[in-house]
Amino acid sequence: MSADATKRKTDIGPPHYEKFLPPVIKENYGKWKYHENPRPGVLVHVSHSGAKLFSVRAATPRLLSIETLRLFAAIADEFCGGYLRFTSRNNVEFLLADGSKVDPLVARLKKEGYPVGGTGPGITNIVHTQGWVHCHSAASDASGVVKSLMDALFPHFERMDLPAKVRVAFACCLNMCGAVHCSDIAVLAVHRKPPKINHDRLPKTCEVPSTVAACPTGAIRPATVDGKQSVQVIEEQCMFCGNCFTVCPSMTMADPVNDGISIWVGGKVSNARHEPMFSKLAIPYLPNNPPRWPEVVDAVKNLVDVYASNARPFERMGEWIERIGWPKFFKLTGIPFTKYHIDDFRHAGESYRRSVHIRQSSEG
Amino acid sequence: MADRKTPLLDELEKGPWPSFVKEIKKSAKGPMARDLLGLLERSYEEKIGHWKHGGLVGVRGYGGGVIGRYNDLPQEFPEVSEFHTVRVNQPSGWFYTSEALRTLCDIWEKHGSGLTNMHGSTGDIVFLGAKTSELEPVFAKLTEAGFDLGGSGSDMRTPSCCAGQARCEWSCYDTMAFTHDVTQTYQDELHRPAFPYKFKIKASGCPNDCVASVARADMSIIGTWRDAIQIDQAAVAEYARSGTLDIHRDVAGRCPTRCIAYDGNQIQIDDENCVKCMHCINAMPKALAPGKDRGATILVGAKAPIVEGALLSSVLVPFVKMEPPYEDIKELLNAMWELWSEHGKNRERIGEFIQRIGLGSFLEQIGLEPVPEMVTQPRTNPYIFYDLG
Repeated sequence: MSADATKRKTDIGPPHYEKFLPPVIKENYGKWKYHENPRPGVLVHVSHSGAKLFSVRAATPRLLSIETLRLFAAIADEFCGGYLRFTSRNNVEFLLADGSKVDPLVARLKKEGYPVGGTGPGITNIVHTQGWVHCHSAASDASGVVKSLMDALFPHFERMDLPAKVRVAFACCLNMCGAVHCSDIAVLAVHRKPPKINHDRLPKTCEVPSTVAACPTGAIRPATVDGKQSVQVIEEQCMFCGNCFTVCPSMTMADPVNDGISIWVGGKVSNARHEPMFSKLAIPYLPNNPPRWPEVVDAVKNLVDVYASNARPFERMGEWIERIGWPKFFKLTGIPFTKYHIDDFRHAGESYRRSVHIRQSSEG
Repeated sequence: MADRKTPLLDELEKGPWPSFVKEIKKSAKGPMARDLLGLLERSYEEKIGHWKHGGLVGVRGYGGGVIGRYNDLPQEFPEVSEFHTVRVNQPSGWFYTSEALRTLCDIWEKHGSGLTNMHGSTGDIVFLGAKTSELEPVFAKLTEAGFDLGGSGSDMRTPSCCAGQARCEWSCYDTMAFTHDVTQTYQDELHRPAFPYKFKIKASGCPNDCVASVARADMSIIGTWRDAIQIDQAAVAEYARSGTLDIHRDVAGRCPTRCIAYDGNQIQIDDENCVKCMHCINAMPKALAPGKDRGATILVGAKAPIVEGALLSSVLVPFVKMEPPYEDIKELLNAMWELWSEHGKNRERIGEFIQRIGLGSFLEQIGLEPVPEMVTQPRTNPYIFYDLG
């Protein structure tokens, strides 16, 4: 073994979290009694010892330059002894023991362009994927749609003015790196055409058997094209999942004309009241319209507005829809119900109504 | 190189929400971020991505942690012709000091684009955009600073957790300690892909499940309790006096098992029928708290749609005490991994594997007894594979 190899450190794992915890947390670890949310973006945790921890939550676009991380570090030094954390939804949180510094910190963050909010019954940051910024299988950009949506939904980030929290998530293809499928509103980019096969390149870049095996509907068959081993796609069996492209780069899915965005509603992960549930299809397709995706923004805003004026306190989007029924949901939102809304994959029949429990109305 | 015009992306600098375009421009003093901006503007013009399938790149001795990324217009955008992702394992709970953040920034300024994600979907710190030649130097600097790479490919992915007992009174176990322990225990499984497909572990301290483990983790460990909800009746009365909450309608009325009685003065809970959903505790955090006999429920099998459809995790162990060194959980993990590694198909997540062989058979092979908590109801079809030996 060379001298270099003996020195090379591997498998040390992440640093221990303890050295990043502020003193107030170290002293009160596991001893918290309750917390309050006195204003949007500010949480106060109170310990059995009486100690208080203030968390000030600010928006970030997730994609952050080191210049901004250094700014966050400087703000943390100035206001809270250098202690901060990030949330599971890509916000940044500054952690203080001194409540008198909360107001100046909030003002400073706002001045720097990282507004404070995202707690309680409102809309916090949209978890999202890489999109055109950095992904090979994206059917849309992610950051641009999220930026456009959050600009439009921004009042709900700064105010806690909805019946319950509305979790919005974005994924740029069905791989769903963000696993958006249990969100109040899931915005999911989709392909709608079968893969385009590059028969020249395929034999050099892909294994035919694993490419065939990748298709969940059995739509891919081995084929000889111009004397070369390749594959063919039975197009009517293709549901555009893109799994073949993941296995074989010579079967491309991206399509500037037909790719676009679908919208799903009523999912949740929390166990509070209702069990966790998947999001269900609301809108099968909206066009990719950069840089501001106005059709997507309008559709999401409409969903939030209709929910806000009809749901009861504590009702998440999915709980509200269960109470009023899906027919009423489509009526209130003005979204047309189409054949695409009816499941036709595995166990599709589980979603067919098998009773006459229907909220009938003489008004049709 | 002359700066390209980016009129479409410039539109996204406007508006109240922090702008990712501004972030890229902040780093665009360097050539990599400048080319990234140009390439992205091209995608906005053409409505198509310009990144190619990843290639095999990484650091010596590791099979995961780096995702290869190349663009398909390398002549025009040479500075991002190689623009790989480096996943850096985050500290439990995503806590940092300013000093630690600056250390990461210094490393990334010297060896990459200067762009990051805080954090990626699985939880890692993401360094976005490294050239192949910089991967070993980045890795050396990271380990020198006490950081290491996270997972990618068919390995144990970087485990992640909520803030747990560091900040939350509801956390029924120490999620950060557990996550750190399991990450350190399985460094080999994290860094050297040897499974049929990815395996994610997420630890949530209570049934609110702030890290979405039930939807996103192959193994979801969700805190819960077995005894009575702790009630402070004086605080209940205070909520009633304050008039901010309709206890009858919004707390008792929204209990999924209707196990709360409120007489206008005090709350009584039929704890035997409480399903630990957290609603009443969420609504009245000063008056109610989880019980004292705390642990976790272990669920298994969540995943996104590819290939056989999306799944939520389902119950494997209704209750387990969560104490170091977490031997029960490690035994379970080892048994599951052994079975799945031997019989799982390529790119078959463990949830899909269980669907294929049946939960009953899976339990038998990992040595767990079936219990009614694992299902919402017993089967309704009579096609039973009787096993008479």
